[in-house]
Amino acid sequence: MSKLKYLIPAVLFLVLAAFLLAGLGKDPREIPSPLVGKPAPAFELPVLQQPQQSFAPAQLQGQVWLLNVWASWCVPCLVEHPLLVQLARDGVLPIVGFNYKDKPEDATAWLAKHGDPYTTTVADRDGRASLDYGVYGVPETFLVDRSGTIRFKHVGPLTPDVLNGRLLPMVRELSR
Amino acid sequence: MSCTTRHLSRQWVAASASAILIAVVILVALAASPPATAQPAAPPPAASDADLVRSDRFRRLAAELRCLVCQNQSLADSNAELAVDLRDEVVRLMRTGADDRQIKRHLVERYGDFVLYRPTFEPRNWALWLGPFLMLAVGAAVVWRTSRRRTQSVPVSSE
Repeated sequence: MSKLKYLIPAVLFLVLAAFLLAGLGKDPREIPSPLVGKPAPAFELPVLQQPQQSFAPAQLQGQVWLLNVWASWCVPCLVEHPLLVQLARDGVLPIVGFNYKDKPEDATAWLAKHGDPYTTTVADRDGRASLDYGVYGVPETFLVDRSGTIRFKHVGPLTPDVLNGRLLPMVRELSR
Repeated sequence: MSCTTRHLSRQWVAASASAILIAVVILVALAASPPATAQPAAPPPAASDADLVRSDRFRRLAAELRCLVCQNQSLADSNAELAVDLRDEVVRLMRTGADDRQIKRHLVERYGDFVLYRPTFEPRNWALWLGPFLMLAVGAAVVWRTSRRRTQSVPVSSE
């Protein structure tokens, strides 16, 4: 017993080291969203291309859909965009574009240049609606299920790993 | 020896237990007492946004809320676009007559506990709040124990 006592500091050190090591691999920018598991906040925003029309999440009730927050000034959005275009081409699920604090003319030009994967694009010019979604880093992607509940949130550009490893399996699961 | 060790360890347990108890009592008292700066009544509707931004209440709130883009700055310190938007949001909420707690809850519901610079005193944060006191108690117990053992052994070695 008395011999074991000298091991206590070593054990404490190892525990601390394990915690610090685990912390090293984490991205401090990835903040767990309290919105996962909650109903997607309602909004009613003008459609980018036809501002006289509006879109509200309730219109997609009963479907599994993706909300993708993007902006033409957002460089990482360019990185994930080909994935979204492919996703739309495959017709996996409706993708709603959420154009964040952007000029409509810049946004439409950007879509014309890089391809438009969105079933609908809404424009949140002043960023008010995005506050309800806890948007803090564009791009952000939310997966909403049939009942209108947010099931998954990804901050930063989608990668093939996230898409194929997490998002698409969840979409398949939820669409069943 | 085994007898004294057991005796000592019982004292050790008692000492650390009382230290933890004291820490808990202090913390509970702190949590239960109303904040030192009482909330001022909702500003009259005539107050302009600029007045609200200049108010002590707004400053205190903005200092306690974290800007999520810059992470190590409060809303009061940051000039990031999101911080500006969130400051506007706080002003808007103040206008609706929401109290500080409601404003914070509003932001936590959207951005998570991360927006709060001061973590809430909830069971899942207990380790965070009480951990240091626990460590202090353990440290104090160890110091007390070693110093006691040393004073006990001094007369023996000097004789």
